[in-house]
This record gives sequence, C-alpha cells and structure tokens, in this order.
Amino acid sequence: MGADQVAVLARTCTGVRPGEAADAVDGLVPTAVAFPATVAEASDLLRAASDLGLAVLPRGTGTKLNWGVPPDRCDLVVDTTGLDRVVEHAAGDLVVRVQAGLAMAELATTLASAGQQLALDTPSTVSGPGSSAAEPPPPPAAAPSRTTGAAGDAVGTVGGVIATGSAGPRRLRYGAPRDLLIGITVVLADGTIASSGGKVVKNVAGYDLGKLFAGSQGTLGLIAEAVFRLHPLPQSSTYLTLTCPTGADAADRVRASIESQLVPSAAEIDRPTPTAPLSVGLLLEGSADALPERVARMRELLGPGTEARPEPPAWWGRRVTEPGGVGLRIAFPPGALATVLAAVDEAADAYSGAAGQGATVCPAVRGSAGVGVLEIGLDGGTVPDAVRSFVTALRRRLAAPPAWGELPGASVTVVRAPATVHNVVAPFGPISALDVMRAVKDQFDPGHRMSPGRFAGGI
Amino acid sequence: MSEYGDARALAPRLAEIVGAGNVISDPRQLRTYECDGLTSHRCTPAIAVLPETAEQVAAIVGACTDAGVPYVARGSGTGLSGGALPRADGVLVVTARMRRIIEIDAANRRAVVEPGVTNLAVSKAAQPFGYFYAPDPSSQVVCSVGGNVAENSGGAHCLKYGFTVHHILALQVAVPAGGSGSLVWLGDGTTQAPGYDLLGAFVGSEGTLGIVTKIVVKLTRLPEAVRTLLAGFATTDAGGEAVSAIVAAGVLPAAIEMMDALAIEAAEAAVACHYPQGAGAVLIVELDGPSAEVAREYDAVRALCEKTGATEIRVADDPDERAAAWKGRKAAFAAVGRISPAYIVQDGVVPRTALPEVLRKISSLSRQEGIRVANVFHAGDGNLHPLVLFDDAAPGEGERAERLSGAILDACLEHGGSITGEHGVGVDKSRYMLKMFGTADLDTMQLVRCAFNPDGLCNPGKMFPTPRLCGEVPGVRRGVHPLVTSGDAEQF
Repeated sequence: MGADQVAVLARTCTGVRPGEAADAVDGLVPTAVAFPATVAEASDLLRAASDLGLAVLPRGTGTKLNWGVPPDRCDLVVDTTGLDRVVEHAAGDLVVRVQAGLAMAELATTLASAGQQLALDTPSTVSGPGSSAAEPPPPPAAAPSRTTGAAGDAVGTVGGVIATGSAGPRRLRYGAPRDLLIGITVVLADGTIASSGGKVVKNVAGYDLGKLFAGSQGTLGLIAEAVFRLHPLPQSSTYLTLTCPTGADAADRVRASIESQLVPSAAEIDRPTPTAPLSVGLLLEGSADALPERVARMRELLGPGTEARPEPPAWWGRRVTEPGGVGLRIAFPPGALATVLAAVDEAADAYSGAAGQGATVCPAVRGSAGVGVLEIGLDGGTVPDAVRSFVTALRRRLAAPPAWGELPGASVTVVRAPATVHNVVAPFGPISALDVMRAVKDQFDPGHRMSPGRFAGGI
Repeated sequence: MSEYGDARALAPRLAEIVGAGNVISDPRQLRTYECDGLTSHRCTPAIAVLPETAEQVAAIVGACTDAGVPYVARGSGTGLSGGALPRADGVLVVTARMRRIIEIDAANRRAVVEPGVTNLAVSKAAQPFGYFYAPDPSSQVVCSVGGNVAENSGGAHCLKYGFTVHHILALQVAVPAGGSGSLVWLGDGTTQAPGYDLLGAFVGSEGTLGIVTKIVVKLTRLPEAVRTLLAGFATTDAGGEAVSAIVAAGVLPAAIEMMDALAIEAAEAAVACHYPQGAGAVLIVELDGPSAEVAREYDAVRALCEKTGATEIRVADDPDERAAAWKGRKAAFAAVGRISPAYIVQDGVVPRTALPEVLRKISSLSRQEGIRVANVFHAGDGNLHPLVLFDDAAPGEGERAERLSGAILDACLEHGGSITGEHGVGVDKSRYMLKMFGTADLDTMQLVRCAFNPDGLCNPGKMFPTPRLCGEVPGVRRGVHPLVTSGDAEQF
C-alpha cells in the first residue's frame, strides 16, 4: 500500500521517496517524504495527498520538529527545503519575499550585504547531545549575522520560524514573526493556493492570514512563501550584563531599563540552575556616535557591576533546553517577572522537597524578561511525574491575574517534551476561545489531516 | 425578498436587554446613524441599540442570531470606507455608551478600555504614567478604539510604531457561538498567548467577525526627545529623493509626511499654516527616541534634505512649534473643502520607491480627466491619500472623479501596492478586492469568517465582493460562487 501511495504522489512532485527511520516525527515514520520544488508542485502534492486521505506534516530543516504535541498520524512529510529561493529583495523598500524553505541564516547573509536584516533573532537550538546550558557554546559568528542567527547554527527555515511563532531577544523592540510578516502564501490541505497581505508594509485589504498561520504549527496548511518587513542593520550594538542575587532584584533592574527612555532592543535573563546567580543582559542598538552615551546612562541606571561589551554573553539567543529535555514557555504580563521567577522556584522546591521523592526538578530559566516570555528547560532525566507536578504547580501559582481580574496571570505551555512526558502532562493550560480555534481548524482543514493532534485542544 | 428575519420585530427583546431608552426605532432619530465618514453611502438602519456593557452586547448578538437578523457595529462613525454603514434590514449596535477606561496598568505597560473610548483618551490617561498609546489615526480626537480595532488603524507615526494590530494584547468579543451570543477573549494580555492568533486575525476584520466589547492595549513609553523638521522642496520628486536618502541612510523616523503644492494651497487657505512660500512640496520628518540618537538623526536628515535641494528647513523642538509644523498636514483633508465644492479621499499604497512614478501617473491622469488632485501622503511607507477635487454640480464631473479615483488604485496595484493602507475596504472598495486578490485568496479568507460567524449575520456585505456560504465544508469551492451564477446574489 505504501509503495502505491508513493507512486501516486511521485506523479505530482519530482522529489518523492519512501519515509525512513530518520524522518520519524515523535516515533512515527512517514510513508513518504516529498520535496516540492515549486509552490505549484506543493499544491499538486497536497491535492493528491487529500485524495489519498493522508495525514501531512510540513518540515523545514527539522530544528523545531520536536515542538508541539506528538502528532496523531504522519503519512506524508512535506520537506520545504527545495523551496529555498529569495524571490524578491526590494532593498529600497525594506521588503523581502522568500520561499518558506529558505534557511534563516542564508537569508540573513543575503540581507546583510545590503545593510539590512529580518529582525528575528530566533534562538538557535543547542547542537549535539551532551551540550548543556552551563557549558560554553560555540563562539558567535562574525557580525552582522550574529544578531540574526549565526551561520552554521540551527535556527531553521523561514517557514519553521513562522509556524512556531519563534522569536528571540530582540522581540522587545521588533516583535515576533507575526509582527514582521506582511504577506503570506499558503497551500491548504486540499491543494488550494491562497495569499493574503502583499509586499507593502501598510496594507489593510482583506483578512490577515499570516497572523493565523504564525504559530499554527502546521495545523492549518503548508506555508509556502512569506513577505517580511526589514530593518536596517544597526551601526553599533552593545550588550550590558550584570549578576543579580535574587529574582526580585533582577526584575527591578529589568523594569528600570524598560522604564528608562533609553530604548533597549532586548532585556534578557539567564539562570542555568536554580542555585546559580541570575544574569540580566540588555542590548542597546544605535548609531556609533550616540550609542556610547546611552550605554553610559544605562550602566549608571543598572548600578555597579554592570559590564558593557560589543559581544553578547555566551548564553544570549540560545535555547536553554538541551536536546532530549523538556522545554516550557511561560508568557506573562512583564510586570509579573518577580512573581513568575518565585513561582518557578516554589514549584520546583515543592516537588523536590516532598517527602519520599527520589527525584528533583531543576529548572533552567532563560528568555525575554522585558517582554514577558521565558523558556524553562528541564533536563532529559527529569521523570515524567516530576514534570507533571512542576507544571501543575506552576499553573496553579500563576493562574491569578496580576491586576485587573478578567485575564489570566500567565500561560504555561509544554513546547517540547519526550512522548513519555506528553503522556502525563497537559501541554496547554486553559485556552480561551478554543471553540473558535476548533472552528477555524474545521474550516481550513475539514479532514483534520494537517499535522493532526499537534496543537492546542487536540487540533 | 430578504432572507433575513424582521429587525423591527426585535425592538421589545432589545429593550429588555438594554432598557427602552437605549433602543432607537424612530426613523428621524435613526437618520443620525445613516452613514459613517464615507458620506456617499447612506442607509437608515431598521433599529439602533446603545448597549452599556459587554454582557448586553452579547445578548444583542444572541437575539439577532436567534431571529436571523443582521447586525452592524458602530463606534464613533469616523470610518472612511463605510465599514459601519448600517443595513435597512438590520440592527445597528452603537458602542458610544461604552466609554470606560477600566484600568491603566503601568507596571504591565497596558490598559483595559471599553470600545467606545476615544483613541486620544487612552494616551491622555496613560500620559501621567509616562506612556502613550502609539497608533494615532488623524481622527484620534473622536475615533473610538473599537473602531480602530475593526479597521487596524494606522496614523502618521505607524512608520516606526506599527499599526493597531501591533498594540493590542487581548480583545473580549461578542460572537454568535452556539447560536446565542457569548463573550470570548482573544489573546490573554501577554505577547504570546497559546493557540491560534485569533486576535491578529480579528484586528482589521472590519466588524465582520464579531463585536469588540473590551480591549487590552499595549502602552508605549513616551520618547525622551522629539524633533520635527519641516522642509520645502521645489517638486514632489525632490521631496521624494530626500525620503529615499533618509531611508537609505538607515534612519527610521517616527513619521515622514509629504504634501504637494495644491494640498499646501488648501491648507494655507484653511488654517494659515505658513508653510514655505512657493514650495512645490513640503516634507515633515519627525524623529523621536533617546535624545542622543535624535540629535544625530536630526543632523543626518537635515544634511540629506539640504543635499537633495530643500529650499527651506525649519525645526520644531517644543510641543507648540511641533503643533505649528503639523497644523497644515493635519488640516489637509478638511482644508480641500476650501478650494473645491466636493472631493474624494483616496487611500492607496505603493512600494515607497515607486512613489515618484505613481505621482507622475496621477498627475497625467488628472490632466487627462480635467480633474484636480491634491496629494497628501505618508511618504515613509508609500501610503498615498490623493484628494480628488470636483464640482458635484457640474454635469459628468462626479463620474470623471470616480473614474480617476479608481484609476489611481489601478496604478497602485500595477506597482505591487494595495487598494487600502488604512481606511479599509468596507463597502467602498469591495469591488476592487478581486483586482488585488484571486478568488481562492478571498475564499480562504472567508473561511475565517465562517469560523467566527457561520450565519453570516455580522456586518454582511462588507469587505468581500462575493458572499460565501459557510455550510460548504468540506470541499472548498473554486471559481464563481453558485449564488452569483444562479442570480440570487450579485457581485458588486
């Protein structure tokens, strides 16, 4: 049966082969892997997959393929890396149109030659087994690609970054993929090719499908092309770092930097283990002439011990979760930083301190403190029951609204985890408007064949 | 004829929800609501209702859904594309009595407001804390935040700060879920809510997905320094060259605005703004941010303006001077009333580098039709607002003006632009949607509409040129809609 399906699919797309063990997604080996070379081919391919009733999973370079809930089914992996062209770089308009399989690092190189950037410094995945947050990562590549995803590291493709809604430190200033995406072309489950937006930044014609697809984890369709707003590369960048004894102290410094009018581009924190000191890192970007004064004022504001360097600290812009580990995301109103840090410690202590527990929970914390999005990494050895207990305690502690009563205090999401953990931990906390999300899924993918089961509420 | 239920028969039910005093069914009183800022389209609603709470809005949506009656939301009625144009067979839901600023939460850099709160009121309330609400449509004194959400409003400063969609953290909306109205939150007040970004899809949907009942907006720290430079140029080409030079130098001003000679003339006649005499174009560049950066950028911008042939340069450093610099620009739309009996405000976008070419095209179209065009534009992002001036008493001029206005949009599309940068599609431009998008694009967008609003009762007839029946799932329709071919619906 599998061979028949591969043959049918091969009539629509030049690059189709049977799936192999290395193509497995959360243990599911696909029947076929296809490499469309054009958007039209991708459309024909998905139409054929629709006729065959196949469950389809898009893949770029696979750096974030272990994100999301394990899929219910996976018959066809659509590998986008053949769709890797820069379709148009209108430098004078600060706009670029690219295909979804283009590597972020390659795009950064192209844009840097025109003094421009796609301001998404999506964190790179820690490469190779055995490396951990505490160990020194590979040296950063030369500027300017450093700030947009260093060459050779694992940032992934444009499509993968959009599909996961993944953003890095500079989201404080430039936003997430949804904020810089101005046009998108997608292929729906039935092969329909649809676009929204365009190649001008200011545009309110029609619904913005890009917003819907950003962060949708392949559950609504295949992202084929994207148009982004670009920014000029800053003339000069300075990283300020300091070590704080407590979470509350770190939160004070972060707040002071944001409340200043010195406009940091990023305000990050890092704490590799619960007992390690907390590092606060800020990025100031600007002109070579004016930046030193801003740096001096920011140092004064942050107090003694603040160091300023042209290079980022080693942990900057890298994921804290090691391969095989459990990655959580906490999103919260930025004023709640101290509360969130305290809740992480309390939830970890509550488990580790409980009588009779042979295991501990040892969360690493890193992320965009100024924005209110942190990544929590638990090492791969953490037992599933400990993860469940930790996540449940965290959700309970952060459920209360920080101020005005109708909104939650924070969301705690399991971004990636081994299947053993997914089996016992709810990946999402309460989600508002889940019924509408299900209705959207039903409309876009009535057969529930696009990355089935990967998303919130079983979507 | 209508497939809808009887709107007038809903009056008693609506009165139960909001009280008889908040239901308007007298035709003379209803005339107040017959149009929004696009006065060329008028329609008296069957009934208007003025809720005071979110729960009332949900109940109204439920009542309309039960009775199969279409409903349209209206904020301050300043929209320029007829997005809030009522329906003769529908209920108009006016949010003017939902004007509470519920909370200014400075610690979390956000505010919670009701949809009827005016745009400027948010910034005023946030100012004592050192913050402002960044989107600043030119109608900000009167326009409502709810309307801004519906239209994804921009404004002069969106070049740097982005649009409404970049400044909304959560929306409570009334949707017809399950056949009776209910309130749901889209987004959760953080920058990364779990699940689909329904919030992002909702903003800019022109009231076709639901009615906004509460809004959590992001507040932005006030800049340390603001400096505004006003430069006169001989021609719009020279002004455009200055804009390109500024962008190429890597400077991102808060705003870059341009006006041509006719727009300047109108502004002088209306508000005596004393812009550089005899200028063929005036450029306003506003820089904001840390004072050291602003000082350096000002020097750079000034030098570039001089190099590209500025005939006169003025600088505004304090709020009064700044107001003087902006006076003519802010008055421009209304000011053309001084030099023309009637006018059309167009809103098109082109890639910034295509501006000179498109302006020349507009000028040739203008000569061809014998109709004057005054140009006001957000030069930094290529958003043109040509003001097409005509005499509505002169036979045939109105038609020629319409034709010219449409030809300008064609020119925008030929250069890869958009039919609207900030005014929206509404009823005004739905017929242009198929010039910009394919049928499959529009059908796919309407899948979102079917998810939120399966009965199609929420602001029907806006944005999309062709209705989509939501019961068509599964199996996506391609080509011309069956209702069109059968003659049951017309494509307008």
